Amino acid sequence: MLKKISTLLFALCMLCLLLASCGKKADMPSVYYLNFKPEQDEEWKELAAEYTEKTGIPVTVVTAASGNYEQTLTSEMDKKDAPTLFQVNGPVGLANWKDYCYNLEGSAILDELVSDTFTLKDDGKIYGVAYVIETYGIIYNKTLLNAYFNSDFSSVKSIEQLNNFAALKTVAEEIQAHKDALGVNGAFTSAGMDSSSDWRFKTHLANMPIYYEFKDRGITNTDAIEGKYLDNYREIWELYINNSTVSPTSLASKTATDAETEFKTGKAVFYQNGTWAYDSLKKDNGVGLSDGEFGMLPIYIGVAGEENQGLCTGSENYWCVNAKASEEDINATLDFLYWVVTSEEGTDELADDMGFVTPFKQAKTADNPLVRIADEYIANGKTSVSWNFSVIPSENWKNGVGTALTQYAAGTASWDSVVSAFVNGWKNEYAAANK
Amino acid sequence: MNKRQLSKYFPIFVLPAFAAFCVGFVYPFLHGIYLSFCNFRTTGDAKWVGLSNYIQAFTDRGFLYSFVFTVAFTLVSVVLINVLAFTVAYVLTSGIRGANIFRTVFFMPNLIGGVILGYIWQIIFDGILKNYATNIKLDSTLGFWGLVILLCWQQIGYMMIIYISGLNSIPDQLYEAAKVDGATKWQTLRKVTLPMMMPSITICTFLTLTNSFKLFDQNLALTAGEPGMQIGGETIYRTEMMALNIYNTFYQNLNSRGVGQAKAAIFFLLVAAIGLVQLYLTRRKEVEQ
Repeated sequence: MLKKISTLLFALCMLCLLLASCGKKADMPSVYYLNFKPEQDEEWKELAAEYTEKTGIPVTVVTAASGNYEQTLTSEMDKKDAPTLFQVNGPVGLANWKDYCYNLEGSAILDELVSDTFTLKDDGKIYGVAYVIETYGIIYNKTLLNAYFNSDFSSVKSIEQLNNFAALKTVAEEIQAHKDALGVNGAFTSAGMDSSSDWRFKTHLANMPIYYEFKDRGITNTDAIEGKYLDNYREIWELYINNSTVSPTSLASKTATDAETEFKTGKAVFYQNGTWAYDSLKKDNGVGLSDGEFGMLPIYIGVAGEENQGLCTGSENYWCVNAKASEEDINATLDFLYWVVTSEEGTDELADDMGFVTPFKQAKTADNPLVRIADEYIANGKTSVSWNFSVIPSENWKNGVGTALTQYAAGTASWDSVVSAFVNGWKNEYAAANK
Repeated sequence: MNKRQLSKYFPIFVLPAFAAFCVGFVYPFLHGIYLSFCNFRTTGDAKWVGLSNYIQAFTDRGFLYSFVFTVAFTLVSVVLINVLAFTVAYVLTSGIRGANIFRTVFFMPNLIGGVILGYIWQIIFDGILKNYATNIKLDSTLGFWGLVILLCWQQIGYMMIIYISGLNSIPDQLYEAAKVDGATKWQTLRKVTLPMMMPSITICTFLTLTNSFKLFDQNLALTAGEPGMQIGGETIYRTEMMALNIYNTFYQNLNSRGVGQAKAAIFFLLVAAIGLVQLYLTRRKEVEQ
């Protein structure tokens, strides 16, 4: 008898569980943000919790694994509770997701933008809002670089002289030759070509030859790149790989963490990365750089007049609101965004904890030495290099260039394969993506 | 419960499993086939484009290359895994000491997931190859053998268990009879053990064949298809197997999802055909016990 009763009870419990899980959740507008930046995952979750506490509107934040945003977005968009807020990385990303982007015209967040140039437009509609302006270049360790300037083997004696590719090459090669005297393993951190790190070269570094070619030709996009500055690309790449903490043949599987650790522990002087890296490089438990030790150089590639070149500044992070979400969710999302960029808590979190420079009127100044350095370059009248990599025709192009760079570094392929991936690859990929 | 009652309740008992099968397999499968004829971004909104995805799939050099690579890989690993697994099983059932410990140890790699295995082996290989100034991602021959070693290491233990149970189920009388007839050890193995083992061999070859052909996680983690080769702006990844090629195609560009889906449909037909042919061939050799 007891057994029967307990069986019955168990069955009832299971049934309840089943029904409960099928039950419809409360009809309440909600926000679901699919975040692109793993570095700021925690901060977004904090912000979301704060907003929920204040307004009662549930805000979910999910962060895609590094390098997997497209994949995650695609599968999430297919679900019933799709993200209401997501991001695209510029015109090419927008082309992919245009049908899903809500026309932001007339929404309050647009009035908060300092300039119209931070919107992502197509056919006269506004589909996206840039929310973070970032800058990259060659980050350096001031203490180590000063040690070099003051040493007797240095031929470049101050940071003012270090303003073109030739000087950079001299410095890097002299540091490399005297690495033991300086206590480093190399001038540059390892140019790792693992997928966690290869974007620094197949995308960010590749921006340099693209930028100069576009500038020469007076264009902002093209179906066929000529590769006029690929020799410069090769020079800077060779400089990175030959004056590094590791041998060029081991780059293929070096990760972002490898490079970060080398820089953080003072084993390398130069590290190509951007403002977003501050958080992971700053002094933490005695390891890392103090704010005064950070410096950033433009990426010189040996183009005439580059003494006036500044850092690479731009955005590839645009907020888009899912047009296919319900009316209530869209409004809730817009309210949330407005709150993030105007409220005390939101602007604090964006500037201080995430370290973002945002193009919004109420934005606070970010507490990030790399950002201050970037501002100084602009104040000193240097010309910022724009982010042209957002028009790179496809991920496939980047991967092709990446694998060619890896093999050129290891000596298993010639520079021609990089050129082919860069020039022919662009043509193929542009055609394939724009049929 | 008698038979009639059983058949009366049959649908009720089958329904949950059948519903799950439909939701989890039949629907996605059919929908997948449909999508292979479409241009789509998310599976929800697709535009019919007819056969063009299939035409692109068949003219994609990277896909054809990955087919050749996969076939070569499958041949080598099926032979190696089965020969080694059989040998290990044979040795472990011949009454050596500590057989149980060895069995456990050999089986253990199978409990680790493919992606983790891939990364672990990448570290091992790179640690060794560093001394020769190369890397698993730089040389397609190394990549090929790396994958073979990885899969062998993972699968031998599993196949060994199947072979051991097969070996244990062969009646002792057969061996005694062979002994009485004066058969040598080699003759016993060839004329008694192997024919009696055909059911196990069928299962093991089927499993290794399809597993190697469909290999994905290990491929992704160990080499990720590297190194790539440039042919007129097209990059062909030289250690990319078919499953990885399909996955990569899917995210290539805005129009490539349907092509990836078409490749997946072709891939399904291939795996099914190969599996069926293999089953037919090995089944024929099985003997009645």
